[in-house]
Amino acid sequence: MSAEQLGPAAILELVGIGKTYRSGILEVEALRGVDLRVDEGEFVSTMGPSGSGKSTLMHIIGCLDIPTVGQYLLAGEDVSAMTEAQLADVRNRRIGFVFQQFNLLPALSAWRNVELPLVYAGVPRAERRRRAVSALERVGLAERVDHRPSELSGGQQQRVSVARALVTDPQLILADEPTGNLDSVATADVLALFDDLHDQGRTIVLITHEHDVAERAGRTVHMHDGRLLDAAPMGAR
Amino acid sequence: MTWSETLRTALEAIRTRRMRSALTVLGILIGIGAVMLTVGLGQGAQQEVADQIDKLGSNLLIVSPGSSTSLSGVRGGRGSATTLTATDATTLADPEVAPDISGVAPVSTTQASLTANGTNWTTNVIGTTAQWPDVRARTLESGRFFTEDELVSAQAEVVLGATTAEELFGVEDPVGSSVTIGSQPFTVIGVLASVGSTVGGDEDDQAVVPSTTFATSVSPDTGTSIGTIYLEAQDGESLSAAYQEATNALLTAHGVTASDADFSVSSQESIVETATSTTRTLTVLLGGIAAISLLVGGIGVMNIMLVSVTERVREIGLRKALGATPRVILRQFLTEASLLGLTGGTLGLLLGVAGAAVLPALLDQPVTVSAAAAVLALGISLLIGVVAGVYPASRAARLSPIDALRNE
Repeated sequence: MSAEQLGPAAILELVGIGKTYRSGILEVEALRGVDLRVDEGEFVSTMGPSGSGKSTLMHIIGCLDIPTVGQYLLAGEDVSAMTEAQLADVRNRRIGFVFQQFNLLPALSAWRNVELPLVYAGVPRAERRRRAVSALERVGLAERVDHRPSELSGGQQQRVSVARALVTDPQLILADEPTGNLDSVATADVLALFDDLHDQGRTIVLITHEHDVAERAGRTVHMHDGRLLDAAPMGAR
Repeated sequence: MTWSETLRTALEAIRTRRMRSALTVLGILIGIGAVMLTVGLGQGAQQEVADQIDKLGSNLLIVSPGSSTSLSGVRGGRGSATTLTATDATTLADPEVAPDISGVAPVSTTQASLTANGTNWTTNVIGTTAQWPDVRARTLESGRFFTEDELVSAQAEVVLGATTAEELFGVEDPVGSSVTIGSQPFTVIGVLASVGSTVGGDEDDQAVVPSTTFATSVSPDTGTSIGTIYLEAQDGESLSAAYQEATNALLTAHGVTASDADFSVSSQESIVETATSTTRTLTVLLGGIAAISLLVGGIGVMNIMLVSVTERVREIGLRKALGATPRVILRQFLTEASLLGLTGGTLGLLLGVAGAAVLPALLDQPVTVSAAAAVLALGISLLIGVVAGVYPASRAARLSPIDALRNE
């Protein structure tokens, strides 16, 4: 499986991933043998109707959940059978999350929201402030550092959460319906930001059900009924 | 995540929900304050009693006559019999019989009217021996106490208590003056230093005369029988030995067995015990009620923490997604609950200290707030916070980040 000789390094590699939920006596197979490889610097979008298993896939890619079967290597590290504490550490170091609901803490100012992952990484306070402010500058919110989420527009709030995803300098940015709660202007705004990040060499996995959003990605994989329909890696870009 | 970071997050969470946090703290505050004040009142009362009994004398044993049954079958309680005699006192003073007893003061008491300068004053007149001031730990304000020789020769001499002297002579020094007790003139040879009142009554209002003179001139009816014998042990360590010696010697002298002893020997400790048992019962009762209010305060903390966890499910989920381990989440909520408890405890302690300063003036009761009680109060409030926080915090820690983030 070593990808080094073949081209760009794989950031994530899913092999035969299956996830079965048990609700009562019913067993629900959310994922049935998913194989997916995303290389460094790729911008991949995942599409599929609701119930297709794309949320479950996102949880597994985001190390928020572990698969029932299969192997998942994230930046070469096998995370398929980690404990909750180990997963928390992996999430903190390797993944930046952007959620549909923004998930900003209303009591904290923009920079305090952005610094949160650094708090859990044990970074000293002065350093956290510097990196949080620089991440906010990067998303064009240098003037909004001390504003609370309630004082920001939806698009600005989502840019704060993108800054929060960037601040740890993670190997993977995982965005779950990042434009789902935004109007068209803000959507264009945030997607332009993702394009920028992609151009700068960031690896992005984006989950959406909107075609025009999915088209921004270099590659789109479609999910249906717990399976990937066209998961062939794109190879070198 | 460092402790200072955890503390800061907890403080922010408390500050964000100001009103709710204040009410939660109030529950603990009232509980801790109430416990401190009730226990402080109880301890103050006990301390007062103990202080008074200390004034009786140090290393003191008190021999009292036992119960009595008259020929007609009328039974009297402790002290009603007149079974102690001057011979008993002499026996106990014998170093062969009771080597651990260093002083013996038999005391007979009667009420009598004293007259001096045309003023009269009725008080307790006690007849005793020359060792009385040592045994009872009394000193003289002026003059002197009577001597062994004066006792033997039955001198008509009297030593007055401070109050008695003031009632009869006002501010002038009565030493050398004459006082009539009954119809017999006595010379005042000394005045006792004031000790204030004790559980035994006003120790400053009395007139002390030699027991020989007492038997012949003041109260001839009493004869050789004695009300109480005060014994002084060599030191605190020989107190129980002295107790045994006194009991055995008197049993032998009276020719009775322990089961039908016609006297009783009690120590200061046993007197303190009896005197404080009532206040202790009251303290335990009131303290119990206060402790229940503290428990209710603790339940309040747990309740608020549970509400807080439910309310902040999304926040917990987000923090976990961003890298907070279950342990970090547990610690954050435990810290929050402990802070609520400790804040309540600190304010309750201040309330207790303020109450201890104000209440004595209002109730005329001393309130003792010791450093140990203060530390204990803080410890208990912290403990309540931790205990009340464990369940909500472990619930928060166990939350799955997926479910938490999905929650609307």
